[in-house]
Amino acid sequence: MSTTVTETAAGEKRPRPPAGEQAPGGALKWAFADCWTIVRRGLLHYRRQPSNIAWQLGFPVVSVLLFVYVFGSAMEGGADAYKSYAMPGMFAMTMAFGFMNTAMLIAIDKEHGITDRFRSMPMSPSAVVSGRGVSDLIGAALDLAVMAAIALIIGWRSDGSVLETAAAFGLLLWLRFALIWVGVVLGLLTPNQEAAGNLFAVAFPFGMVSSVFASPADMPGWLGSIAMWNPVSSTANAVRELFGNPGRLGDSWIEQHAMLMALVWPVVITAVFLPLAVRKYQRLSL
Amino acid sequence: MEASSADAVVADGVHKRYGEKQALAGFDLTVPYGTVYGLLGPNGAGKTTAVRILSTLIRLDGGRARVGGHDVMKEPVKVRRRIGLAGQYAAVDEVLTGRQNLEMFARLFHLGSRRARERAAELLEQFGLTEAADKGAKEYSGGMRRRLDLASSMILAPDVLFMDEPTTGLDPRSRGEVWEAVRDLVAGGTTVLLTTQYLDEADKLADRIAVIDDGRTIADDTPAALKNTVGGDRIEVVVGSAEEIPDAVRAVARVSGADPAIDLEELRVHGPVADRVAALTEVARTLQDEGVTVDDIALRRPTLDDVFLSLTGHTAAEPETAGTAGGKEGKQGKQGKGGSRTGKGSKEGTQGPEGTEEGKKEEAPVV
Repeated sequence: MSTTVTETAAGEKRPRPPAGEQAPGGALKWAFADCWTIVRRGLLHYRRQPSNIAWQLGFPVVSVLLFVYVFGSAMEGGADAYKSYAMPGMFAMTMAFGFMNTAMLIAIDKEHGITDRFRSMPMSPSAVVSGRGVSDLIGAALDLAVMAAIALIIGWRSDGSVLETAAAFGLLLWLRFALIWVGVVLGLLTPNQEAAGNLFAVAFPFGMVSSVFASPADMPGWLGSIAMWNPVSSTANAVRELFGNPGRLGDSWIEQHAMLMALVWPVVITAVFLPLAVRKYQRLSL
Repeated sequence: MEASSADAVVADGVHKRYGEKQALAGFDLTVPYGTVYGLLGPNGAGKTTAVRILSTLIRLDGGRARVGGHDVMKEPVKVRRRIGLAGQYAAVDEVLTGRQNLEMFARLFHLGSRRARERAAELLEQFGLTEAADKGAKEYSGGMRRRLDLASSMILAPDVLFMDEPTTGLDPRSRGEVWEAVRDLVAGGTTVLLTTQYLDEADKLADRIAVIDDGRTIADDTPAALKNTVGGDRIEVVVGSAEEIPDAVRAVARVSGADPAIDLEELRVHGPVADRVAALTEVARTLQDEGVTVDDIALRRPTLDDVFLSLTGHTAAEPETAGTAGGKEGKQGKQGKGGSRTGKGSKEGTQGPEGTEEGKKEEAPVV
């Protein structure tokens, strides 16, 4: 920081954005451009901290090994049969737990004042949230890819057609997409990073009290009902069906309509939490 | 700049309420272009609220505010193109490198990717971060992180830079670095509005100072003029024990003609004096005659701390304890407020005495 620098700063023409910024359609164009900038930031995070992906995957991977080999051998039909039941469930559970990542990243940005910086800039206001959503979906797709690879290694196969298998992964991401908004709301509600970490206490029952590891029909009545109506169950059941191993389902309406509900639940969640997220973001520290 | 306004920042009777708490209750401020303006006030006085309103982060409930010639409520996006904000934390992405941070922010200011890269390089150079440019911000020292934060606020070379406690938590060397960066920015034509709890910082950097308390502007002047309002030189006595404080207070009061200020913790009593040497001799003799142990006795020029104490009734350095510590500072505050108000005196009278909880708790005359 010498005097020469000061001179350049003073003499220099102020850097200004291109004139086209206020052109018609400019707002939409910048909404996409800004969203992409935020997504790039998310991708740079992955690149700079590859170990984070490992941490993020630690729980599902350990779960796969634990449940399939430790508990699976005690299950009716043995580890192999249980594998085809539990694997799709674990895909769904990983998606369900994903909202914690979103909440954590949102909370960190808020705590470090980065959210305030974004809000004090002339960027597209939707981009912070949409960019977060897109990069989290990319992260979720990575998670699924790694998990699927591990599943293949331990001998799991999809018995569905290519199209059905793709549809199954689509449904999984669809659930994750809806939970982004839950994550944004919770991230904005929590005072700091540590508090966001405690969201695990919410995520754990949300992921577990479901058809992920066991059929709700085998649970005590009231718990079984909760588990059945858990959106994670609908996605898990629908995905099992698409993978060609529907498992044992009860005759309740919700279990008979897993495919429909795997589409509808995320719509409901989005309808509730997206407006909340936008509102919460706009009124931040109002 | 805009023909409509010759001032960088104008706040006119700004009100803001959070539930029960009136955060701002008639906040006035006029910052001409090219100045460094210090905003002082005890914790909870409304400094941060004011900065957040002016930087369009929160909405005001009443009054008007213009920044860079644009109304913060009606044209927030135009305001955002003209401001930079360096908040209470160094708001940088710690995972990214310094360069990646600046390039990201530059893109979000819509500079385009080539120009964003160039601008990032320029700023890294300007803020002395070129060497550390490709290290993760996590590895930066506090001062470097602050400089990166400042650089991020300077991408469009803003007309107005808001700095909310820019050096809180920094070691002296890092504070010096930040100060130097601020001076450079000002030399480049940027107007700066900074809040701080370090009065020496305001004294060093600011051309003018506004003091706010209970959400209202209670003084607004140059540091020198503010110091004059507390009455020139002061005599200061430090006694050996708490029991001797009343003796010291009597002695100082006799020469100063005003209620002396008392610091119970440091056993210090001080008050304004007109005739320096006569006062010193008189107090020294009185205390000696009464057999009071005097650890220290001295004359000193007033500091902004004195201004602050006399205006708000408590010290700036220990805002949290000001309420709980009870009557540490005696009853200076109320008198000071009436007597030494400088800038917006007449205006304040019309606001009515709706002062709230914060800062009014001190009680108990110790004498």
